[in-house]
Amino acid sequence: MSLKLGVPSKGRLMEKTFDWFTKRGVTLSRTGSDREYAGAVEGVGGVDLVLLSAGEIPRELAVGNIHLGVTGTDLIQEKLARWEQQVEELAPMGFGYADLILAVPQFWIDVETVDDLDAVAAAFRAKYGHRLRVATKYHRLVREFLTDSGVADYQLVDSQGATEGTVKNETAEMIADITSTGETLRANHLKILSDGLVLKSQATLWRSRVAKYSADEKAALKTLLDMLRG
Amino acid sequence: MANRSEIVARARRFRTNFEAAGAVLVEPPLLQPAEALLDLYGEDIRARAYVTSDALRGEQMLRPDFTVPVVQMHMQQGAEPARYTYAGEVFRRQEQDPDRANEYMQVGYEVFDRAKPAVSDAEVFALMTLQLRNLPVRAICGDIGILKAAVQGLNTTEVRKEALLRHIWRPRRFKFLLDRFAGRVALPESRAKILSTEGRLTGTAPEIGKRRSADIDARVDILRADAAAPLIADHEVAALEALLAVRETVPFAIEQMRDIAVDLPAILPSLDLMDDRVNAMRARGIDVDTLEFEASYGRTSMEYYDGFVFGLYAIGRPDLPAIALGGRYDALTRQLGQGSEIPAVGGVLRPDLILTLEEETA
Repeated sequence: MSLKLGVPSKGRLMEKTFDWFTKRGVTLSRTGSDREYAGAVEGVGGVDLVLLSAGEIPRELAVGNIHLGVTGTDLIQEKLARWEQQVEELAPMGFGYADLILAVPQFWIDVETVDDLDAVAAAFRAKYGHRLRVATKYHRLVREFLTDSGVADYQLVDSQGATEGTVKNETAEMIADITSTGETLRANHLKILSDGLVLKSQATLWRSRVAKYSADEKAALKTLLDMLRG
Repeated sequence: MANRSEIVARARRFRTNFEAAGAVLVEPPLLQPAEALLDLYGEDIRARAYVTSDALRGEQMLRPDFTVPVVQMHMQQGAEPARYTYAGEVFRRQEQDPDRANEYMQVGYEVFDRAKPAVSDAEVFALMTLQLRNLPVRAICGDIGILKAAVQGLNTTEVRKEALLRHIWRPRRFKFLLDRFAGRVALPESRAKILSTEGRLTGTAPEIGKRRSADIDARVDILRADAAAPLIADHEVAALEALLAVRETVPFAIEQMRDIAVDLPAILPSLDLMDDRVNAMRARGIDVDTLEFEASYGRTSMEYYDGFVFGLYAIGRPDLPAIALGGRYDALTRQLGQGSEIPAVGGVLRPDLILTLEEETA
């Protein structure tokens, strides 16, 4: 069997991943039609390309279906409990930068820090009869961050997309989401809490600690890593 | 390791003991509506309990403890006074430590009685220690009621007291707030900006979301009033910190806390209550002179306990969770009682851990 390398199957993340490998002498490419998720690896032997949704790569690494995978730190830490024991970080790749942040309406001039947020959550709950709602898809990371910061009286509401719009629609009072430039936030009249950085993320090459490695696969891994490390 | 049928058999024996002590057997369902638990514990419960759902009943949780359903049941239909026992599995989600069980048996004993809280405290503690009498365990007790009285008695604004009371169960956050109210840490720049201006500040950015500009104006007023209020006096902060650090056998702990009460006289009534409890424990044959007391015990893991708290731990096995634990939860009955309330105290045992300890000591 060959060493399996999981890579995002579409978009800029896929293109940038291909570029990153090309620069290191490994050519990745999609084969067949545009719609077919098959790929080829040139420049190193014994490696198979597996095209996957970036969101599924953490799970595939954790069950050992793939040996190597490219995905964001945010997805690894959100989806895998005790992620350090399941995957090893091989190389931060220098693109796909995104920060998981807490943001509140700009006009909340009384809220700049997580400390303010806690006081506001208490007052909000007392007045409106429910907890302050935080819209996010990163439930575990945000909950751990808020628990650690000692914030009480909040609740998470699930938002899988267009999270910045939830405040205006009054389905949440604030959000926790990924941002790279902050432009979408500003356009939706939101601001980032000064100490509300939950996680800094970038595209990263991971190795599964769970997958089985045959002698051939070990050899292919060593060759590949030597090339990637120059 | 004891097998499941041994654990179940032992749980039954404990339950029979508790029935003999006057408790009525109750059997709450495994699935609990998530709403009440979420309302009580907040998001943190999602990290501790398994959540499931169907289209008809919405979110349900595999019961993370018996106390909440037992209180709900009592508040709806219970006659007073009442004693209940139960035995069954509880479920705790584990994301950090694979050695901790995510499903285990608990046997409990809960007392709802208005007459003499100190006597009920002693009854529950004595009954739990009696079940573990031949095992190498040590008991620790505390009293959240003393801490609450100390905060309520501080010579400062109600807003600050409420903020501190709200975080008694989050020690780090509590310390942060206390430091701020005592003037030990500087205010953030953003706060200074709000305080250096006057009048209404809202109105530049568009008003979006359910929290309205009136709410923001109200908080700005609170922040300005807070900045104008005097800091909490050094001697009070020092006394509160000394109180939180008390860690002694019961007689010495009481002595230390009586000294601290010179600066925090508001704790005197709860110290008198502790005296009553200690006397009631002595009357039940508990060796109070060697019993450990930690003023901060119960601050990190038992949010609904608000008075007497206790735990029994295996000596030489710090890796094991408490073999038995319990405490008083008057405020919980108020929260779940929809207008009514009743003093309540209870405790639970872990038959699986008890069997493990027995095997080790045999």
